[in-house]
Amino acid sequence: MIRITRKIEFSAAHFYHNPNFSAEENRRVFGKCNNPHGHGHNYVLEVTIAGEPDPTTGMVLDLKELKDILQAEVMERMDHRHLNYEVPELAGQIPTCENIAAVIWKLLEPKIKSGKLDRVRLYECPELFVDVSAGNGTRA
Amino acid sequence: MKISLSRRYHFAASHRLHTAKLSEEENKRVYGKCSNPYGHGHNYVLEVTVTGPVDPETGMIANLGNLDPFVRREVIEPFDQRFLNEEVAEFREEVATTENVCREIFRRLKGFPLARLERVRVEETSKNSFEIEADVNALDEVRA
Repeated sequence: MIRITRKIEFSAAHFYHNPNFSAEENRRVFGKCNNPHGHGHNYVLEVTIAGEPDPTTGMVLDLKELKDILQAEVMERMDHRHLNYEVPELAGQIPTCENIAAVIWKLLEPKIKSGKLDRVRLYECPELFVDVSAGNGTRA
Repeated sequence: MKISLSRRYHFAASHRLHTAKLSEEENKRVYGKCSNPYGHGHNYVLEVTVTGPVDPETGMIANLGNLDPFVRREVIEPFDQRFLNEEVAEFREEVATTENVCREIFRRLKGFPLARLERVRVEETSKNSFEIEADVNALDEVRA
């Protein structure tokens, strides 16, 4: 089996706020991330596909096809957006790196027709990232 | 679907690769420059991976407000700007290779009470990295 990984970057705004918490609880749990004006990140997304290369093309899947999927499913939805307000898939969820990565996994998985989605790694900054993969681990 | 959170930390420390189990000549042969008696140092990067359910109230596996102070207290404060061989008790006995540093960090972090420690990865330089995963460590503990 071969794994191939493509990387894209998108920039988006967010803040953390749970309406079930008091203002004080929100500040305590989320700290600076609770600032209602929001803040932003340059997210880096690494998408890994696993499979056997097609004997004719030598490819697991055409990277051009993957690029188009990432453009339609991730860039169009999230790039230069406010994740609290503009991404319906995140409605009702705190737009943490965990939740964004899980949404991206669910958006991409059914679109990958050649090979299988193996891992989604989302960097919020170089010092923090979330991995989502298939398997029987903890449910998101 | 399996989900994990990884956080990167930095510490700078010196070490010397040397063991009393080998002769001076053997130490030199095995460890080469790393055996220089005055020691040398690295800018270590520590990557800590935890896993567990995403709390629907916070959207988080672990709140960095809890994880960061824990890692700082258990590893960064005792290791940063230190001579590992002398100032971290475990390396008075064990050689301070980054394999052993990685394992010691895993031991120190596995008690994090709010998520399960899945992996510890230590970059000794941008060219060398070492990692240990939960199940590997469990096996190691059974042996020990």
